[in-house]
Amino acid sequence: MTRPLISTFHPSFIMGYFSYGLPSFLVLVIALYILLTGSGEAFNVGRFLEETSPYAWAATGIGLDIGLSVLGAGWGIFVTGASILGGGVRAPRISTKNLISIIFCEVVAIYGVIIGIVYSAKITSVADSVLYTRDNYYTGFALFWGGLTVGACNLLCGICVGITGSTAALSDAADPNLFVKILVVEVFGSIMGLFGLITGLLMVSAANDFAAPAAAAEAIVSPFVH
Amino acid sequence: MEALFFNVDSGFLEGTVRGYRAGILTQSHYANLTQCETLEDFRTQLAATDYGNFLANEPLPISTSTITDKATQILVDQFNYLRTNAVEPLSKFLDYITYAYMIDNVVLLITGTLHERDTHELLERCHPLGVFDTMPALCVATNVEELYQSVLVETPLAPYFRDCLSASDLDDLNIEIIRNTVYKAYLEDFYTFCSTLGSPTSDVMQRILSFEADRRTVNITINSFNTELSKEQRAKLFPAIGRLFPEGNNQLAKADDIDQVRQVCESVSEYRSFFAESSHLDGNGDDLSAVSQLEDRFFNTEVHLNKLAFLQQFQYGIFYAYMKLKEQEIRNLTWIAECIAQDARDRMQDFIPIF
Repeated sequence: MTRPLISTFHPSFIMGYFSYGLPSFLVLVIALYILLTGSGEAFNVGRFLEETSPYAWAATGIGLDIGLSVLGAGWGIFVTGASILGGGVRAPRISTKNLISIIFCEVVAIYGVIIGIVYSAKITSVADSVLYTRDNYYTGFALFWGGLTVGACNLLCGICVGITGSTAALSDAADPNLFVKILVVEVFGSIMGLFGLITGLLMVSAANDFAAPAAAAEAIVSPFVH
Repeated sequence: MEALFFNVDSGFLEGTVRGYRAGILTQSHYANLTQCETLEDFRTQLAATDYGNFLANEPLPISTSTITDKATQILVDQFNYLRTNAVEPLSKFLDYITYAYMIDNVVLLITGTLHERDTHELLERCHPLGVFDTMPALCVATNVEELYQSVLVETPLAPYFRDCLSASDLDDLNIEIIRNTVYKAYLEDFYTFCSTLGSPTSDVMQRILSFEADRRTVNITINSFNTELSKEQRAKLFPAIGRLFPEGNNQLAKADDIDQVRQVCESVSEYRSFFAESSHLDGNGDDLSAVSQLEDRFFNTEVHLNKLAFLQQFQYGIFYAYMKLKEQEIRNLTWIAECIAQDARDRMQDFIPIF
């Protein structure tokens, strides 16, 4: 009856080769091709950053912000919700009380919405020829990284609150005295999302709305933009 | 990491089984039950617990076996509810739990047929969780080969029986060997399956299954003293898992008396207490009471390990642990009811409390 747990020819190993080996192999081949055919400067990070429209950065930032926040909130709600439903089969009293865990998860999505509204107020329409100014680059990058910060914070916060909420529901079903104690843990978990919100607001506090420069000559600051 | 995805498939059932667990009788329930003078009182006391009015429609006087049957039926209903709501891999895990009952049923039927008992009576005595469609056909088989080819090959137990096809004719000793060989294969297979389920489940289940394997090893050793079973045969019945494996199993295979068994168990600190006091009390003379005391300590440890399983969330061990705890509770109820029926108040406290 004894047999090795996972043999070398097990599908999971072959999947491992494909999912890690193939992409890195392709990247290596392409990089060497570019380098050895004398066009190494095609890989140019500075050029990419300057050519990309600040609008693209701003919109991606807002998208990441709200998307990751909602992902975190949704994830937390299903983790908590499944446990509340299960625990509620034999202890129906927990279902009302533990809605508070669901609300804690929901708040995480609301943080994302708040940041999304604040950020999208900075997007105004500017003509293409006067878009690439120092100020507009700054606004674009600030919105992108701010959005990513808030999104990642809220994703992890939502998961954290969800798992704690699931434990809170099950322990409440077993012993009602534990509910308040575990709720305190959950509250501290949900405060972490607030840290992300504050940081996200501070990151864009110095960024102005997108605007055309006073003198048209200042518009193009990069030699890469035509 | 298990917390991220466990609830997708099994969160509801975990919550449900934890709810069931809250219905397990506590110390104060037992205190009330042991005060009962008659089985009618006993029924009234049980009605106040999670069991509810499960005996309400039974004609008086109630027999002990009725109480056991009805309590088992509640457990079976709960299990079936869990099983129908489960998806892979939990459904497979729950199936593994039923295999143990299937093995018991198969052995019960073969033994009964050997002693020419009535088939219907035997089928009624089978555990409801281990029932499978082709079970009545077991009663016509006369040797293992036939048994395997006609019935077992279609059941999930088939791989476990493959190892003992060599035992040709069915007699009491052979049936006992078959039972233990099959159970060994089952335990090892379950253990391997639990290892594939990943961290929290495998940690909890390996602890419980290792103990189960060690318990069987010790029991087989003690029961095989002064029987026809040779030492080579005995060694083949030991599961190749557990905390005594491999060194302790080797020594147990050669052991001749209970003192040697005790020496082997001393190498594991948790098992040291199993033999500790019994040697003081009984000296070396009374092996029988030492063995029955040992049996109680095994049950105590099993209950303890199963209770530990509930301390960890997001793992399948609680489904197994719940079944085992509930079984122990049914044994306790039967014991107390028996004591009431036979008016043996002094032995009533010998049950194993759970919570």
